[in-house]
Formats: sequence, C-alpha cells, structure tokens
Amino acid sequence: MKKLVILGAGTAGTMAANRLSRVLNTSEWEITLVDPNPVHYYQPGFLFIPFGIYKKEDAFKPKQAFIPRGGKLIQTAVEEILPTQNRVRLANGETLSYDYLIIATGTDIYPEETPGLAEHEWGKSIHTFYSLDSAVALADALRNWKGGRLVVNVVENPIKCPVAPLEFLFLADWYFTQRGIRDRVELIYATPLPGAFTKPIASRLLGDTLEKRRIRVEPEFMIMEVNPDAKKIVSYDEREVEYDLLVSIPLNKGAEVIGRSGLGDELNYVPTDKHTLLAEGYDNIFVLGDATNVPASKAGATAHYEVDTLAENFPRYVQGKPLEPLFDGHANCFVETGFGKGMLLDFNYNTEPLPGTYPLPFVGPFSLLKESVINHWGKLGFRWMYWNILMKGLPIPFLPAQMSMVGKQKVN
Amino acid sequence: MATRTIAGKTVQVNDEGFMTNPAEWTKEIAVELAKEEGIEELTEQHWKVIDFCRQAGMSSGKAPTLRQITTGTGLSTKELFALFPKGPAKKVARISGLGKPEGCV
Repeated sequence: MKKLVILGAGTAGTMAANRLSRVLNTSEWEITLVDPNPVHYYQPGFLFIPFGIYKKEDAFKPKQAFIPRGGKLIQTAVEEILPTQNRVRLANGETLSYDYLIIATGTDIYPEETPGLAEHEWGKSIHTFYSLDSAVALADALRNWKGGRLVVNVVENPIKCPVAPLEFLFLADWYFTQRGIRDRVELIYATPLPGAFTKPIASRLLGDTLEKRRIRVEPEFMIMEVNPDAKKIVSYDEREVEYDLLVSIPLNKGAEVIGRSGLGDELNYVPTDKHTLLAEGYDNIFVLGDATNVPASKAGATAHYEVDTLAENFPRYVQGKPLEPLFDGHANCFVETGFGKGMLLDFNYNTEPLPGTYPLPFVGPFSLLKESVINHWGKLGFRWMYWNILMKGLPIPFLPAQMSMVGKQKVN
Repeated sequence: MATRTIAGKTVQVNDEGFMTNPAEWTKEIAVELAKEEGIEELTEQHWKVIDFCRQAGMSSGKAPTLRQITTGTGLSTKELFALFPKGPAKKVARISGLGKPEGCV
C-alpha cells in the first residue's frame, strides 16, 4: 500500500481526499487525513451571520461526514513535519510515515499580534467575523447597536477571502438601511492597499460603488496599534481613526507547525510552485489552499481549482511522469453587494477581473463585475453545492479548472 | 502604454507613473524616482531596502509586502516609515521599478 497523508481536513484537504480517492486505485492507496478540529466550517457563511441572514447552525457540519470511503481521519494536531524522513509526528504520540504528503493546513487569524486589538475590548467594541464564534458575537453586537461610526480595518495582506471586508461593508449599508438607522451610521474602510479597488478595470467600473453607498475609504492605512480605551486605531504614519465599533480582519498567518518544521516563509506559508503546487525543494509534498504562498487569492474557489489540477497531475506523477504546469491562479467569487444583489469575479494570475457573463457567453446566467439579483442567488445557492458537490469531490459541469476568456468582454 | 524618460533612459510607465517593465530599471532611475517621492538623498539604509525589493520583485514578479521587507532587511516597520514616509510599500515599489501593491480586484 502506498501512503498519502493529508494535513488539514478543511476545504482544500477534504476536497483533495475525495477527488484523489476517485482517481486513484483505492486498493493500492491508503489515504489518511489529520486535523485537530472535528468541525468542518462553511466559511463563506461567516459573512452572513453578523447580519442575521445565516444562523450559527447554517455554517458547519462534522468533518467525519466528508471522509472518503476507505479513508481515515485522525483527530489530533500535528507536532512536526519531518520532510527529510517522510514522516509526520502527531500530538497523540503517533508518527505517520508517508509516500506523498499534502499540506492543507490553511490560514488563521492572529489578533494578538496587533497591540490593543485582542485585549479588554475584544468582543465588546472590537469584533471580527473571521471565525464562527466571533461572527455570532458580532451579530449580537450589531443587533443592539444604536448607530455611530463603524470602522472595518484590514490589518495586513494577504488575508483569506480578500473581498470579504468590502462585502461586509456593502451588507452593513443594507442592514442599517433596513433597520432605518443608516443616517446614524458612518461606515469607514481602513485598508493597507491604495484603495478599495486596485485593479485598473475594476477600479474604473466600480470606483463609485463605495461613494454611492456612503462608505469612506481610508487608504494605505497600516495599523500600528489600537487604543481600546480611546476607541481609535493608529497607523504607522500616525493617522488616527476613531470608531464606536471596530470590525477587524486581524493578521492572517499559516499554521504554526509549518514554521516549527522549517517549511514556511515569514507568515508560515509554504513556498510552493505556483503552477504545479509542489512544495519548493521537495518532490513528494504538495501544498493546497490557503497554506501555500502562491500569489493567488486565499479562497475556497482557488483551492477547488487547485484540486482539479492535482487530480489530473497526481495519478500521472506517481507513475513517474512529469507534472504539467496546470494551475493558472484561477479564482472566482460571488461578491455580496447588499439589497439582494451580488457581483461575480473571475480571474487568474495574468487576467484581472473583467466584465461579461459566466460561465456561458451571453447566456450567463451570472454577470461578471456587475451587480445582479441572480449573482446573489448564486451565492446563496453555493452552500448546497459546497457540501453536496465540492466536498464530495464531484466535478462541476461547465467549469474547467483553467480560467476561460469565453464570455468576457475586452476593455481598453 | 505610455513611456517617459527618467535619468536619460526611456522606460514604460502606467497611468500612475509606476514602471511596467522591471528589467528597464537602473540605480540612476531609482535616484530620480526617489526625488519625485520627496526623498532627496538615498542613504545606505534606503538602498538596503531597495536592493531587497529588487531581488524579491524579480523572483516573485510582484512588489513585496511590508512584512516581507521587514523580515528580509531586519528593519522595523517604524524604521521603514521613517525612511519612506507615508506609505513605504507603495513608495519603495515605485522607486524599485516594480508594480503597485494590489489586491485581487
């Protein structure tokens, strides 16, 4: 038996286990997943929880329900990866040996890395929605809020789901309008980037989206510290932004075991070949999803397209054939824009988000880089697809792994 | 795509004055671009940062993040803000002939 060990049974790890168990001969392969947490979160759902659109129970299921037949989930943490010995040392005392290793340990938030952020006001006037429990706490805070200044701050890039902070602001605009207190709420987006939109075509087409919603942008804001008593965030260039309610997207870092094992960069992401997904310097370690350092979005869609390419490459590779450079950085995401509408983005390493229709030219049904009601339903319907198609390792019809220019408009 | 002449060399630039072909960059260009960013003289510390960004940019194809710069050079974020006031990531990227730091959309 050949041994495939997958570290992390979240979005990327679960998809990889299920897809590979369908393309490999399971009488020859033993697939083992390792993850300390028994809960599989539907992370796109976290965004909806603060606004009461989803409830807590809408956003998780047990991991065990998504382990492929013949596969095994060991519920424990990973102490250390020993890549030169092809072994993994686990917290339960076990040592696993592998022929091939897939690292899918994801990324997590580290609010304690920003002074003042995760102290006595954390969970009171300072919140986040990047974990299930914090999203639920934020829902309570918003429900009881009487208005004031709400500041959304991204501490540092890269972050998981880069459009989520903007979506949060769009949904907040809608939520407070519906509650009849929008006039008493000021919305501010403090981002380290030069603007809310940075790609040329998106900036041009969507530049006024925030202004129209009365969302003020504080660009190039590199947060140095929070002053939780004075309720203000302070940047390195000594700008101060006061808030009544702070929604932080804290520093994102890869798993600590990556750093401990000497496999990570400055943020514990694994240096990874951006087209083959092989860990740099190793020929039997692949890296998927948020755990990589590839310059693609940290998002479930990216992980999905990565798994598509690995499912094509892996069976050939283990027979001694070379890896094809199949992954093109493809990602797409539904962006909630509030008032029952959404937008869709589709892009890769080389092509920025463009307008058009998706996945079929003219027909759509989704429209790219433009608001529509159908896009919103697409986002809500996606939860069913996530659990019933993606996590079971089934392919999605009409959706090839590589980005396609079909249906996209050329913009000069 | 527009071109302009900096320090006697004609290079390609985008609307915001960022060079679009990092291979066209020279140290003389860096000196001129730094002046446009309000930095009259490039000290040894400045060059340490620029050299790191050139190296990082040429291997990854994009401008490094502030954290990559602080880790790579040993300088603190505070020091970077002192060297390149108001937005070091963007300023260093422009002076080093790399693209503007950007998000996915």
